[in-house]
Amino acid sequence: MDVEGSRARMAAFLRDHQDKIVGRWSELVVAGVRGRSSAVEARSELEDIYSLVVAAMSGPGEQARVELRAVLAEFSRSRARSGFTPSETAVGLFSLKEAVYEQIADSAELMPEFIAFSRLIDDLGLYTFESYAAARERIITDQATSMLELSTPVVRLWDGIIAVPLVGTLDSARTQLVMEKLLETLVATGADHAVLDITGVPTVDTEVAQHLLKTVNAARLLGAECTVSGIRPQVAQTIVSLGIEFGDIATKATLADALAHALARAGLKVGPA
Amino acid sequence: MERVPILKIGSTLFVSIQIDLQDETVIRLQEDLATELVATRATGVIIDITAVEIVDSFIGRMLTMIGSISRLFGAETVLVGMRPAVAITLTELGLSLRGVRTALNAEKGLELLSGSS
Repeated sequence: MDVEGSRARMAAFLRDHQDKIVGRWSELVVAGVRGRSSAVEARSELEDIYSLVVAAMSGPGEQARVELRAVLAEFSRSRARSGFTPSETAVGLFSLKEAVYEQIADSAELMPEFIAFSRLIDDLGLYTFESYAAARERIITDQATSMLELSTPVVRLWDGIIAVPLVGTLDSARTQLVMEKLLETLVATGADHAVLDITGVPTVDTEVAQHLLKTVNAARLLGAECTVSGIRPQVAQTIVSLGIEFGDIATKATLADALAHALARAGLKVGPA
Repeated sequence: MERVPILKIGSTLFVSIQIDLQDETVIRLQEDLATELVATRATGVIIDITAVEIVDSFIGRMLTMIGSISRLFGAETVLVGMRPAVAITLTELGLSLRGVRTALNAEKGLELLSGSS
């Protein structure tokens, strides 16, 4: 079978029926995404892809294929970012098959060509899906990073007293970040007292306690004293029943108690004005 | 071999480590410090490690030993100016330098010594 010839025939068919096919295609796409993008918008986007598909079909040119893949990658990236589901994104490409089939159904002699064309679309569909997944993955990692940054502020409570309000689960990655930020702030501000507030830590198990102890030890090596505050009644029960020892580290119920303790250690007193 | 100078300021011995610590350098420092403590009858030792970027388990242990030795001569040791990265390394190694006091900088170290004597 003359592969080159068949592809050329198919490309010619696609070019001849461009208007009808693209029109039907954008109808299908707009219906598929339940009106989240307008027909005009979809049409201009799809026209670009269509002409690249035709170019890729009509010759062995690598250029057109590379370009087509780049456009499709961008297409699925923008879909992933605007919150389209994977199937909505994939349907965007697969419905081209349907649109073409409706046009080609009458001319039976083009069937083998249609199968080859269909294979190309499947290939591109998979590629679209892959780029969609990659884009989603990127969004997730970006969010994880920004969450990590958001969740570890170091605040100055008083001259020489800083606090780290911990919110969320303490895993090793976060402990590392908290430790680094705490120590750097200690050095930068010259503070010699730090309060680790764990009000926002949902559960304290042996691992979390281990992480807290590590942080306190590191701060001690710099010459700063640490107080752990915000221990809720349930957390206290867990700590005791797990047999966790905080050793000589001062623990307080609330951040206010810890601040009072730190002020007393610094030889300061707060009284009525 | 490089040597770390030991300066006497009042009744305090001041050691500022400005070089990459080799094992022999630390052993030599320990010996020098013991001799100096006997000769000067100092009551405090300040070791400044602001410029030290790498500390391994051996050096960590030697620092603890310097603290213990000084205590035998009746002197208090304060380690000052540790970098965050060094503190994290030591903690990861499980060394908490028990028996050695620490301070953020030389000034606070001196305050600590004058407060305790």
